[in-house]
Amino acid sequence: MSGSNDLRSVDVVIIGGGPAGLSAAVAAHEEGCDSILVLERDNCLGGILNQCIHNGFGLHRFKEELTGPEYAHRFVRRVEEEGIPYKLNTMVMDVSPERVVTAMNRDDGMFQVQAGAVVLAMGCRERPRGALNIPGCRPAGIYTAGTAQRLVNVEGYLPGREVVILGSGDIGLIMARRMTLEGAKVKVVAELLPYSGGLKRNIVQCLDDFGIPLKLSHTVVDIEGAERVKAVTIARVGPDRRPIPGTEERYACDTLLLSCGLIPENELSSACGVRLSPVTSGPVVNESFETSVLGIFACGNVLHVHDLVDYVSEEADEAGRRAVAFVHGELGPAGAGQRDAAHARIAVRATGGVRYTVPSTIDPVRMADKLTVRFRVGDVCQDAYVSVYLDGERVQHRRKQIMAPGEMEQVILRKADLVGRPGLSSVTVAVERE
Amino acid sequence: MTYDVIVIGAGVSGSAVARELSRYEADVLVMDRADDVCCGTSKANSAIVHAGYDCMPGSMMARMNVRGNEMMEPLARDLDVPFERTGSLLVCTSKERLGGLRDLFERGAANGVPGLKIISGDEARAMEPQLTDAVVGALWAPSAGIINVFLLNIALAENAFTNGVDFHFNTRAERLWQDEGGVWHIRTNNGEYRARAVVNAAGVYADRLHNMVSATRIHITPRRGEYFLLDRTTAGYVRHVVFPQPTELGKGVLVTPTVDGNTLVGPTALDLADDQRDDVETTQVGLDTIREKASENLRDLPLRQVITSFAGLRAHEDRHEFVLGHVEGAPGFYDCAGIESPGLTSAPAIGEYLGGMVKDDLGLSPKDAWVQTRTGTVDPSLLTLAERNELIRREPAYGQIVCRCESVSEGEILDAIRRPLGARDLDGVKRRVRAGAGRCQAGFCSPRVMDILSRELGLPLEEIGKRGGASRIVVGRTKEVQGQ
Repeated sequence: MSGSNDLRSVDVVIIGGGPAGLSAAVAAHEEGCDSILVLERDNCLGGILNQCIHNGFGLHRFKEELTGPEYAHRFVRRVEEEGIPYKLNTMVMDVSPERVVTAMNRDDGMFQVQAGAVVLAMGCRERPRGALNIPGCRPAGIYTAGTAQRLVNVEGYLPGREVVILGSGDIGLIMARRMTLEGAKVKVVAELLPYSGGLKRNIVQCLDDFGIPLKLSHTVVDIEGAERVKAVTIARVGPDRRPIPGTEERYACDTLLLSCGLIPENELSSACGVRLSPVTSGPVVNESFETSVLGIFACGNVLHVHDLVDYVSEEADEAGRRAVAFVHGELGPAGAGQRDAAHARIAVRATGGVRYTVPSTIDPVRMADKLTVRFRVGDVCQDAYVSVYLDGERVQHRRKQIMAPGEMEQVILRKADLVGRPGLSSVTVAVERE
Repeated sequence: MTYDVIVIGAGVSGSAVARELSRYEADVLVMDRADDVCCGTSKANSAIVHAGYDCMPGSMMARMNVRGNEMMEPLARDLDVPFERTGSLLVCTSKERLGGLRDLFERGAANGVPGLKIISGDEARAMEPQLTDAVVGALWAPSAGIINVFLLNIALAENAFTNGVDFHFNTRAERLWQDEGGVWHIRTNNGEYRARAVVNAAGVYADRLHNMVSATRIHITPRRGEYFLLDRTTAGYVRHVVFPQPTELGKGVLVTPTVDGNTLVGPTALDLADDQRDDVETTQVGLDTIREKASENLRDLPLRQVITSFAGLRAHEDRHEFVLGHVEGAPGFYDCAGIESPGLTSAPAIGEYLGGMVKDDLGLSPKDAWVQTRTGTVDPSLLTLAERNELIRREPAYGQIVCRCESVSEGEILDAIRRPLGARDLDGVKRRVRAGAGRCQAGFCSPRVMDILSRELGLPLEEIGKRGGASRIVVGRTKEVQGQ
């Protein structure tokens, strides 16, 4: 790469023009920043929302039910109205720890920008068949649910007519309904775990309403077909998640859709030295959505996989505002990995069935009056309590009738409670039986 | 017309023979049942250029392996194919079996393998820090290497094509006979072909063709091997090919870097029935076996980074020997059969040997203008910023990334489609320029690559396949589009 000193400078560079990147851009603009650049790899803004043509988006954010493209458009319109600069069909190739962003497109070639702050908003990808170690043939007709969704909703093509779905993530559930509406026969949805990874409302509206069976504790044990899928065999799995011989059921079909989890897409982040959480596969961030690398922020599904886009927007707003504060020198000595005496770093600990929290550290001086800490549970919990401890003292204890891994949970911390305790070293979020 | 030579099979050995023959004034045709080159055994193996210490001295295998290894480096340079002489370590985990290393060392010396050395466990660990403490010794073979197996096959075929060899795909040889004038007739699904000479490079089907024309019998067992391919994030986990000690079924489960920076783990070895010659499915037992065996010699194998698993078939002839050359009772018919490991390594030598034999028998004379080299697709990651921008200015498609996992641009995909014997399906694009070969396994780029193929080939999207035949990706339009 060139060592040129006269790089073009931009205050806030946002990588990704999906819901997270757009929210961050609009929020940064509202915060008074007029030097913003959104870099989007696809040919339009909006990200994955463009292919999510079903409704159910925006109930929290806008108090109304929108489709994915409508939800995205609310933000795209703001970007257009405010004249926030963006580049489409532009792939970011590298981000340096000094925040030099290298990107490429047809018109500009490969170019570099010196960013005051970077907001990572690259989203996530779907776990492919290979990563699931499903044995069998490798014919055409095996797609991740998101690829099928794009083919149907964006390209206008039907990927198959007789369908088996493995995994009950939300995209898989949505696609079960979508394929059915398109005249395909969805024969079964098999889920490895004893519970669904999707939202309850999607199980009801996308499977139950159409009489599509959901087989929990089942997985695919064979795929047949030399050129195109001919049949898929599923079997029940035991507590060790291994197939139980003798429980096989064969389904003749031409398509297998996979909805087996999403993986935050952090290749750029890790190449830049951003520390990742082994649980979320996303960056470890503090209360300001700042990663371990100075001036690099993260939000949306690249940070952790969300259930509702409304929460993505909420987090991304904050990430955008904090990026601007960083550029203006208002965040103080920063970096989730670095802290001086004036800025204590309180660890947020996830225990007792809580898999992770975002953020994972808090600087009480920098936090807003209220801070939402989001988390997911590792297993279905009924009639349990969500508790918050400040060091040893329990300060919140809230009963929840049901919590499931497919849905995000949250607790709200008040700044007053934290700053009022000098020497506080940890906040613990736990799920407790009583 | 009557061809001078028809080669049946566009795998790596068939393509190597065709390229050798392309040096001479002759009408040469390669036919293959698939819709592309490199669709059978050649596409699914360990992608290793073996040193040649494990073949029995005096065998064709030994001769072809050592000669092929020697030819590979200049050939890869001529044909612009990624090749690295990494060296290999064959590791021994019990003192009782150290004698086995000595046997292989001596066999290698008899075969003329250069640079072999028996080293201690500590010396081996110094070279490959992930080797377990159980390793007590190793056979170091500096001449072993790794190669892009798809591109070697593709480049040989492309270069043959450039030099005038015809290729007919989707053409399956069904019956062969020789008429009284000595001309060979091949009945196919695409009509009848005639040739003065036929080279049987039909992989796992080569015994069937052989047995049609000769009273001597050969028999090929499809021996299946399953593999795991790990993400490029594992690059550097091993730096050499790491073999266990061999067994009767083959070289065992090895762990090797690939020239693209992935790690490859496998193969298993399972003999299939005669009617399972297309059976390249993976199995739970097979995948479990790889996991177990690969961890015997190496620590912390990052099997969570698996991005795909696959299986290939070795064409194992009962005598475990290459069957090359003249066939009794069938003048003008040449076998290129039983090409199992080290078949890939041997391919250049097999081309030289069989091509030379056919040339002598037919009395072919050299061409005046034979093109010895072939230029591959551009790898933009090897260019400087200025060079890359010049490329994008000239061809803007090189500025548009289509496959994000492997950073493959539209320009590279267009080149893969437009070049000689270009790609016609998703797998063809993947093998030529790696679009879809990365960690998301084409989830993101396949609709985009399909669009490009559709546009370039002038075919409706419904006709675009993963590979040939009925492997179509979409089955029709949605209701909304139909209604328009």
